[in-house]
Amino acid sequence: MANTNIILVGVGGQGILLASEVMSEVFRRANFDVKKSEVHGMAQRGGVVSSHVRFGEKVYSPMIEEGDADIMLSFELMEALRWEHYLKPNAFLATSNVRMVPPICNSGKVVYPEDTAESLKKIRPEAHVLDIENALKEVGNSKVTNVIMLGVLSTILEIPEKNWLEVMKEAVPPKLVDVNIKAFAMGRKLMGN
Amino acid sequence: MKTLLSGNEAIARGAYEYGCVFATAYPGTPSTEILENIAKYKEIKSQWAPNEKVAMEVAIGAAMAGARSLCAMKHVGVNVAADPLMSFAFMEVKGGFVLVSADDPGMHSSQNEQDNRNYAKFAKIPVLDPSDSDEAKRFVGEAFKISETFHTPVMLRTTTRTSHGKGLVELGEPIERKVSGFEKNFEKLVVLPMNARKLRVCAEERLRKLETFAENTNLNFEEPGEGRIGFITSGIAHVHLKEVLPNAPILKIGMPYPLPLNKIRDFVSRFDRVIVVEELDPFVEEQILAAGMKVEGKNLIPGIWELNPEIIRETLGKEGIIPAKERKQTTKADAIPRPPVFCPGCPHLGIFHALKKAKAKIITGDIGCYTLAAIPPFNAMDTCVCMGASIGNAIGIEKATGSGKGIAAVIGDSTFTHSGLTGLVDAIMNNSHITIVISDNSITAMTGGQPDPRTGWDIHHEENTPMDFEIVARAMGVDHVYPVDPTDMAPTFEVVKRELEADHLSVIISQAPCVLYPKKVKRDKFFTFLDNCTACTMCSRINCQAITRSSELTEKGRNKWQINVDLCTGCGLCIQMCKFDAIRPISRKGE
Repeated sequence: MANTNIILVGVGGQGILLASEVMSEVFRRANFDVKKSEVHGMAQRGGVVSSHVRFGEKVYSPMIEEGDADIMLSFELMEALRWEHYLKPNAFLATSNVRMVPPICNSGKVVYPEDTAESLKKIRPEAHVLDIENALKEVGNSKVTNVIMLGVLSTILEIPEKNWLEVMKEAVPPKLVDVNIKAFAMGRKLMGN
Repeated sequence: MKTLLSGNEAIARGAYEYGCVFATAYPGTPSTEILENIAKYKEIKSQWAPNEKVAMEVAIGAAMAGARSLCAMKHVGVNVAADPLMSFAFMEVKGGFVLVSADDPGMHSSQNEQDNRNYAKFAKIPVLDPSDSDEAKRFVGEAFKISETFHTPVMLRTTTRTSHGKGLVELGEPIERKVSGFEKNFEKLVVLPMNARKLRVCAEERLRKLETFAENTNLNFEEPGEGRIGFITSGIAHVHLKEVLPNAPILKIGMPYPLPLNKIRDFVSRFDRVIVVEELDPFVEEQILAAGMKVEGKNLIPGIWELNPEIIRETLGKEGIIPAKERKQTTKADAIPRPPVFCPGCPHLGIFHALKKAKAKIITGDIGCYTLAAIPPFNAMDTCVCMGASIGNAIGIEKATGSGKGIAAVIGDSTFTHSGLTGLVDAIMNNSHITIVISDNSITAMTGGQPDPRTGWDIHHEENTPMDFEIVARAMGVDHVYPVDPTDMAPTFEVVKRELEADHLSVIISQAPCVLYPKKVKRDKFFTFLDNCTACTMCSRINCQAITRSSELTEKGRNKWQINVDLCTGCGLCIQMCKFDAIRPISRKGE
């Protein structure tokens, strides 16, 4: 069986590392070989973040090659556009519709286009642009994009839902378990489950 | 049981399993998590050091006392620690001594790129180069053993993807931790020239023994494979190559110095062509070439930047060794840039706003989050060399140009205690008239919030005495020392402007807590009352990432400005900029 390559992208502070930690542990418990890689440091908040997770029978390199990712979870709309070239043709791409306008746009010289979702769809017609903005409101917590995305991921991998929930519950602070269970269910719902 | 660990977590686990008694470090990407994770093992005594030189010296002391000791640092940290390293390298090591150097190829979070395996050769000590987390753990044990067998310091060198990449690690049981105690040994522990000359000869003899060891250790092993082309790998390059060519014959080098040249000679003789695959410098390759063997390497694979499977695939494709990869014609859409930025409410925002408004002529900078001020939209930092360089650079510019007016050196608290203090001594002893700004958030923020000498508690959250910069500067001899609160804009500006223009040395201590560390700052927030907003853009000038253009327009058709309440941390800078009562406080509960 070929390895599965997952790339998570977004903006610093969105909880991408937690999401990649949780899924890596889910894969480990399912007896897969797992490797994961990302870069820490520089800005704590607001910069570009990407994390690579690879699982399968035997994984050598922790890094995914361009054009070789099977799945992309994008926590921010522009970031999907920035990284989509990492995906294989016809790969699975789910992105948040949330637009985080970087301060570089304040000068007016750089503009975050209104039609980013359309631009993405032109290149990746199969992309799922998910209404995370409303989903967050419905869940009642603005910081759970990561667990919503885990819910999304759980719908396309053949790993039981309870395995995901088990690891997620261990990974989040006890008082946030309930809201994250809701967030996980929301991710599944967004994918029609 | 196998568990998922990063290379740094694995090194910490290795320290735990292989009898490490003492560990110290100065934080620096990608090495920081090594000591953070070691600190979780109560069996190991661990502490942060104010800089890498001190870390090395303290760890040397522990080894002299007969304890297995480890010190960790990023590649450039070894430059700082090079002085004790080069002397200790010739001394007789008692307790096992491991120096972890975490290199950062590609400079994800560093000011330069250097291959620290070179230091091992320079210092004539062995270096181990793990290729994944499991090896990172096991190599700690090997390094301690080599260190004690040959009485030498040992370098364990990782690169970013081994440090931060995660993989499965087989856990083991810890061995006993021992401290044999300090024994006086004038000839081996005091490097007076009379002793150092003898030790110099011992170091050569030691190296010969290590060369023999290299031939026999299973740190270096052959993975048989198919084909007439053989590969020699070191470090992370090994797994990248395996990714591309899982069945190639490989001589995997776990100890790149000293090399097993006989083993290599035998390997090379059995293939039509041998390619050395290593990240950064041709370190292994050059040693093999110098021994008169024919191998290839950096003629094919770049010696700069981080290596990855992509580069290897492309290289081998070009050489016709594997089918060339079909490059997808990327219609790569233009994503707008998202350069790293200050956190909303970061205390550095206020001090840089004041420095810009006061029209500082030259701002020399330093290493930390605040180095971000060098890039747009701030453009408020003109130099950055290395830890602590801001002060020395400013003095040099002053001495060369004849005036210190308008010259500011900006340095963070952790960087100041790391190596800014001696810069300040230089300013005092040479009658400098520059303005030194210590942007003091009382934590080492960029690496994730480690306590420094200013913080007031140590790695185990035990209280210590926080260094009072005002008293320190005065005691050193600075007459003009001014603490300011950078979130209080008017008085901060006044002090900065006055001191930049003054004909004397001054130290401004800009003190406010980091918004992330040690815990997220929770204050009342602010929101924009759009009815009053005139789109004057004043609030945007503090360059807070929570403030953006809204879609609501003024009568003149200009975008009003809005605050993202989720991002706002309530520093209150924007409300001080607004002249139209368009920004108002909102309690955390949203009232």
